[in-house]
Amino acid sequence: MASVGYSKKVMEHFLNPRNVGVIEHPDGYGKVGNPVCGDVMEIFISVKDDIITDIKFRTFGCGSAIATSSMVTELAKGKNVDEAMRITRGDVANELEGLPAQKMHCSNLAADALHEAIKDYRARKAKK
Amino acid sequence: MDQIYLDNAACTPVDLRVIAYAAPFSDGTIGNPSTLHSRGLGARAALEDAREKIKALLHAEDDKCIVFTSGATEANNLAIQGTALRNPKLGNHLVASAIEHISVLNPMKGLQKQGYTFDLIPVDAYGMVDLEALKKLVTKGTAVVSVMAANSEIGTIEPIREVSAIVHDAGAYLHVDATAAAGHIPVDVQRDGIDLCSVSSNDLTGPQGAGALYIKSGVKVQPVLVGGGQERGLRPGTENLFAIVGMGEAARLTQLEMVQEADRVRRIRDALITGMVSVKESYLTGHPALRLPNQASFRFSYIEGESIVLLMDQFGVQVSTGSACSSLTLEPSHVLLALGLKHEQVHGSMVLSLGKSNTPDQVPHVISAVTETVNRLRALSPLSNDRR
Repeated sequence: MASVGYSKKVMEHFLNPRNVGVIEHPDGYGKVGNPVCGDVMEIFISVKDDIITDIKFRTFGCGSAIATSSMVTELAKGKNVDEAMRITRGDVANELEGLPAQKMHCSNLAADALHEAIKDYRARKAKK
Repeated sequence: MDQIYLDNAACTPVDLRVIAYAAPFSDGTIGNPSTLHSRGLGARAALEDAREKIKALLHAEDDKCIVFTSGATEANNLAIQGTALRNPKLGNHLVASAIEHISVLNPMKGLQKQGYTFDLIPVDAYGMVDLEALKKLVTKGTAVVSVMAANSEIGTIEPIREVSAIVHDAGAYLHVDATAAAGHIPVDVQRDGIDLCSVSSNDLTGPQGAGALYIKSGVKVQPVLVGGGQERGLRPGTENLFAIVGMGEAARLTQLEMVQEADRVRRIRDALITGMVSVKESYLTGHPALRLPNQASFRFSYIEGESIVLLMDQFGVQVSTGSACSSLTLEPSHVLLALGLKHEQVHGSMVLSLGKSNTPDQVPHVISAVTETVNRLRALSPLSNDRR
């Protein structure tokens, strides 16, 4: 039978999202999307010696928005910020064993949120 | 886990009595209604029997007023395109309520390419058409006005008799899409002053693949599909006899049992509404009183509807949403936007449509599933105020 709906991996992350929450004093913070189009994601990172030691997210959105957020936090945790900067939307979708075609664009913003958080971390670091 | 199905507006389980009744028409042993031999005559009789039953459902003046189609979408297309194009003398102006089904709105938009103009009647916060606005919109040049009997997404029942008086004062034809209403509340084309009325088989607990359009005696309509002479030439093509015969029987049974069944589901529905509005920052959408007995719709702040559908399914409850993220077009519900809701409010919608399988003892499970769903999604949401 043709494959329809979300992959098992997407559902697994949607139902058991990793790294949900807020970091009170993050070293970097990124937020993308807007409530009008239906997806808002925010990512908080703690960084030590350019390594992402902790990461949390909160997401308003559909199943794939939540699953991609969860997945990107797993991919980024423990990585060097330069490495994490190279995580793409495509990587996130691949790790989730694919996303429905119409979701690839609108609900796959998690990598963007991560990149924003890293840029914020770098900007804060430059100011110090 | 027992499944609790609350998405009957999307697909209604077919009544088993209807399947048994129509089964002999599914195996090819009954002929083509257009043929003259004995098998064909049997088919013809069954087709006309179904037509009588739809006539009775809508209280039509004559069985010749009923044209069978493949469903409500085709009936709506035939009503709008067929009537507008056949009656150019009426004018080239079309009007529809802002909450019509897409199969009403899109034919009207399509006719704009052929020189027609098209206006939407606004609705109030409950989804009631604005009768004063309608009075201003319909003019001498208006050909067809379309207002649904009731809306499937918000349940609101429209004041069709008042609409009819305004439309007929201006000399236009009134089309009523009764897909969501028929079988749940009385639809009477003569009492309500309806010129064209669409119904769907499946919404009456009949098989998918059949629908019907009532065309008032004297109203001239041209076909949308062209071919043979079936359905007085208005809907050519060999009839889907199984679905049509089933639709007829479903209409008969539904009408027979409507008062009792409406009363039964209304009690369950009211219990669901009472439980649901006790969830923090949840709101009923649609009219609080003038709504279909089997319909309840809500919105929840800070969360998104596709996530609601997916999580509710994990609790064994199937529901629907007007969120953009769950639609094929990625467009949010135009019905909920027409109520004046903001995009982010529309995203958090949940629609429940009840049917025969629902019982009062399901209510506590549904309420706890919704409470758990809302709490889990809000805990994830950056929009939720309590998190700050």
